Amino acid sequence: MVSPNTNIAFDNKIEGDVVVSRLDAVVNWVRTNSMWPMPMGLACCAIELMGSAAARFDIARFGAEVMRFSPRQADCMIVAGTVTYKMAPHLRRIYDQMAEPKWVIAMGACASSGGMYRSYATLQGVDRIVPVDVFVSGCPPRPEALLDALIKLQDKVKRTPSAANLIA
Amino acid sequence: MSETLADDPIVALQTKFPAATSRDSRDHPAVNVPIAEAHAALQWLRDEQGYDFLVDVTAVDWSETTSPRFTTVWHLYSTSNHVYIRVAADCADDAEPSAPSITSLWPSANWHERETWDLMGVKFENHPDLRRILMWDEYPHHPLRKEFPLAGIETELPDIEVAEETNAKVISAPMMGGPFVASNKGEMNMTDAEPRAKDESWNEKKPKPE
Repeated sequence: MVSPNTNIAFDNKIEGDVVVSRLDAVVNWVRTNSMWPMPMGLACCAIELMGSAAARFDIARFGAEVMRFSPRQADCMIVAGTVTYKMAPHLRRIYDQMAEPKWVIAMGACASSGGMYRSYATLQGVDRIVPVDVFVSGCPPRPEALLDALIKLQDKVKRTPSAANLIA
Repeated sequence: MSETLADDPIVALQTKFPAATSRDSRDHPAVNVPIAEAHAALQWLRDEQGYDFLVDVTAVDWSETTSPRFTTVWHLYSTSNHVYIRVAADCADDAEPSAPSITSLWPSANWHERETWDLMGVKFENHPDLRRILMWDEYPHHPLRKEFPLAGIETELPDIEVAEETNAKVISAPMMGGPFVASNKGEMNMTDAEPRAKDESWNEKKPKPE
């Protein structure tokens, strides 16, 4: 049996087939529960990213199992690994090719801050070139940490005034 | 190809190339040759001494005050006799060092020489495609040279459009008093501490004391 989700809609069975809700709630409900990731796997964090997609951790429970290698079909770029300066412009171009609305998770120490690579070759945090929504600590983070980041991102999306942005 | 191995490859090489001198080595036989004879010496080692496998091509920067500053080093291995040999040659020019390319002898030297050019700035003459291999093509420095700081030197991003869009640059990395160590004489409890900088008296905001 499906329990009523009162966060999203009010269904008191009075109106028959009519369900009353807010546009924001409906749009954000759709966006949060089908957030297709763009797996930007650049180093060992990508292995944990694969782990979170596999059976034990199963990111499908949160609607984010459809890893899309085309940026056109992806909603959330997961930057998993060390971003070198040589790679940075390509990462930005892939981000630019993603359709709005789009989000970014910086997974692990390297993507968040350069990590242990205090070096001439490494971008010191991916937030220098793309807007990051959630940073995940760890080297590499465990899959639970990535799932937590995804849930935090979903919470953020649920608070977004989407309808106003769509109409404006 | 002749597979006869001389008892002492250095002596054998010196009879053929009198300018070659023995080189200090802790492991394998090593020899210094003049840079002009390096190609011929390597070819002779390959064809006459059975050193058929090129293990590595690299270079040494002895520091900007030393002359000759750069030494190019080749490591060879004989797959039939199971012995290594190291051949080194000082580059003539300290500012723009160059060495002969041996891609005509071992095609596998191609990427090794590109890497040595990229990181040390040793130009390999007659290389078929001497481009950078790790850093991007427009990068203005050779990062493994002694005068190049580990943190890097501020330059532009490889892509101008992205650089304009993001206002991002290649910056020198914040070193914050590194090197970073897990424990200083064991006084740090690793269960509640991250690795620390050895010298924390300076950081990005406070310059390093002289």
